[in-house]
Amino acid sequence: MAKKEYAFYPGCSSQLKASASNYLVSTNSICKSLDIKLTEIPDWNCCGASVGYCEGGELPRIAINARNFAQAETHLPGQDIVATCAACWLSARESQERLDGSAQLLKETNEALAAAGLHYNGGANVRHMVEVLIEDFGYDGLKAPMKKSLEGLKIAGYVGCQTNRPFGIDGESFENPMYLDKMVETLGGEALSKYEQKVTCCGGALAFSEPEKSQKQIRDIVESAYDHGAEMIVTPCPLCQANVEVYQSEINKKQGTKFNMPVVYYSQLMTVAYGGSAKDAALDGQLIKAEKLEKIAGK
Amino acid sequence: MTTANQTAVERYRNNFLKEVEANVEEGHMVKMCMQCGVCAGSCPLGPHWTHSPQKIFMMIRAGKRDEVLGSDSMFMCTSCYNCMVRCPRQLPITHIMHGLANYAHRLGLAPKGQPTRDFATLFWNNAIKKGRVNELMLTLRHYFRGGLVSGIKEALGMQSVGLGLFLAKRLNPMEIFGGHGVKDLKGFHAIIAKAKEIEDRKKGFTS
Repeated sequence: MAKKEYAFYPGCSSQLKASASNYLVSTNSICKSLDIKLTEIPDWNCCGASVGYCEGGELPRIAINARNFAQAETHLPGQDIVATCAACWLSARESQERLDGSAQLLKETNEALAAAGLHYNGGANVRHMVEVLIEDFGYDGLKAPMKKSLEGLKIAGYVGCQTNRPFGIDGESFENPMYLDKMVETLGGEALSKYEQKVTCCGGALAFSEPEKSQKQIRDIVESAYDHGAEMIVTPCPLCQANVEVYQSEINKKQGTKFNMPVVYYSQLMTVAYGGSAKDAALDGQLIKAEKLEKIAGK
Repeated sequence: MTTANQTAVERYRNNFLKEVEANVEEGHMVKMCMQCGVCAGSCPLGPHWTHSPQKIFMMIRAGKRDEVLGSDSMFMCTSCYNCMVRCPRQLPITHIMHGLANYAHRLGLAPKGQPTRDFATLFWNNAIKKGRVNELMLTLRHYFRGGLVSGIKEALGMQSVGLGLFLAKRLNPMEIFGGHGVKDLKGFHAIIAKAKEIEDRKKGFTS
């Protein structure tokens, strides 16, 4: 039996050939090293994301999240729900807290769920993967499977918004959370703790709808990483990863910058430190190659 | 004027705060705002909106219904939650802004052609169609929203990114034929329809 078992909510972006498929591959790699068993919630659905508010409204958004809870409750009883995506975690946990706090809302939600023959009793516990790693394993526990040090790698820890606000990791501040830096240091890397854009918003969904406004945000995030001597950026959020990596070439085209800053997930750093290959860490999934990390993986 | 809007105007007359409290997500918290302005200074889109959350909340209390529901400000929300965690009175500002956006959108009063309003609608419809987001179709529909010519131009501008994502196995051209989805699609749609029915009844959206 695995050391820890969780009901897994991968989310739309972490599916095969989706925009964060490299997050999924590397997460699976670290789970193997840490002896974690993730079981996908059967037939899970989209959380509605934050931008779903406009058309989706309140109850439909909560009801689709409750559908996932009901599935987990029935098929994976007693297991905490773990999301890797910041937006999935946020939407699900927000729904969970609203449902915990209102018997009326729970009643209405169950009225909706009944249309599909489902029922949610309540009491789901929705957590982010980073929360699980830090709280259930601890920094020492995360060090245990290490086979290689990331020594010499200068890494800007970009926490972003939704893994940090409004819930965040217990005991961390919203303005200057330290956990990502601590994870980097645990793996032997050099965390650039003075990196001042660590909680700046990447623009979220507005990277699509308002590219000019968002690209200003992204420029600040990348520029500051360069200013502090970073060789790569690490993030726990799929949308942060995609926005900050993908739009660098656009910003270069429009603004004459020469950005070429790799943006990786913490799970990719961990996979390499745990002795995994570049393929185990899905480093072939980077648009901007993380060459220094690939080099360590190849050693 | 939509029927739902007409009904709301007649029902609440000059008490817009009451209307917001009854119909907007977390609207009952609006009156807790003490006008300190921390939200205004915390928003990453600060230079772009017409009204800060602080202003919106005061305008609600002042009964400025048309100005609030026609404002572009709610659609500038990136859902970064900065305003919300910094608010000294702990107003769920992000949720209220989302709620106001939804209310204005449903009443047909939100600014027409507002890019995030359009994208948000596109996103929700894409996600619920099969129960999971089809990233390829979301991207294509977004680029081609203004018609074929501007769509081709925008898509060509982004083609190197698209190709890069495809080579990195992060974009699947086969999604044009459907892509990922939930198995019990009928049940999933039934849940949403029922939830919408309950919400519409409560918020007066039913005609």
